[in-house]
Amino acid sequence: MPGTFKHIVFSALPAGIVAALLLSMLQIFWVTPLILQAETYEVAAEAVHHEHAIDPGLDELAWQPEDGWQRTLSTAGSNIVMAIGFALMLTGAYSLRKPPGIGRGLAWGLAGYAVFFAAPAIGLPPDLPGTTAADLMVRQYWWLGTVVATAGGLGLVFLQDNWPLRMAGVLLLLIPHLLGAPQPEVDESLAPALLQNQFRWASALSNAAFWMVLGVLSALIFNRLQGRSE
Amino acid sequence: MLAEPHSSQTLRLTTTRLIPALSAIMLGFALLLVVGFAPIAEVHNATHDTRHATGFPCH
Repeated sequence: MPGTFKHIVFSALPAGIVAALLLSMLQIFWVTPLILQAETYEVAAEAVHHEHAIDPGLDELAWQPEDGWQRTLSTAGSNIVMAIGFALMLTGAYSLRKPPGIGRGLAWGLAGYAVFFAAPAIGLPPDLPGTTAADLMVRQYWWLGTVVATAGGLGLVFLQDNWPLRMAGVLLLLIPHLLGAPQPEVDESLAPALLQNQFRWASALSNAAFWMVLGVLSALIFNRLQGRSE
Repeated sequence: MLAEPHSSQTLRLTTTRLIPALSAIMLGFALLLVVGFAPIAEVHNATHDTRHATGFPCH
């Protein structure tokens, strides 16, 4: 394995794992209880309309983690995989730039938050289970498109200094929102609005904390590994 | 670092920096697709709460 790739991977792994554990703690005590509470409304609705599928997003026949430690571990595990993925993108970017200090790491973390959480959330705010939404495939395309456009836009605005290209970057940032996110025909939620609101705040703040920690940690570890090899 | 002719320096930059960086970024994106967009039902069910909590599109 070439040296640079090793640095990228070995700094992404611990940073991703630590940030994911922090995110998991925030979720266990704050976010997941709201998801579970929303699911009680889903289950109640299911009991009323028995023929209606409880949760079209979950495959009822396939294995699914049981509530309790199985579900907590599954979520922590997927948080770790996701966080290592995010961290690899950050440390991959660091390897092309000047060595990032704490400030730069924080800035990259906030950029990650903007790309992967804030920009998609403008059009598709995080929803509790049991909320009506447009067709999943269409939302996934919009989400991915927004992530790519926001990453490209921020890159053009902040990582180079040609002004026409910077303007193009701003335009790229706006395009997904000018096109608009796919919305459901009828906007309703089984969970009360208050719960939905709490969930959105919990999700926004816990992800912000996660990204800031991920950015700073990945930058510090990346620098340390690189400094040691030189 | 030893001085090198310009062209070989450019080549070095490409092979020693760009390729590992892009591989890492693509690997990271692939992990993201596994958690956020996996069509396999078991994986989909296991990652359900992560998707909701981090704003990935879900049902």
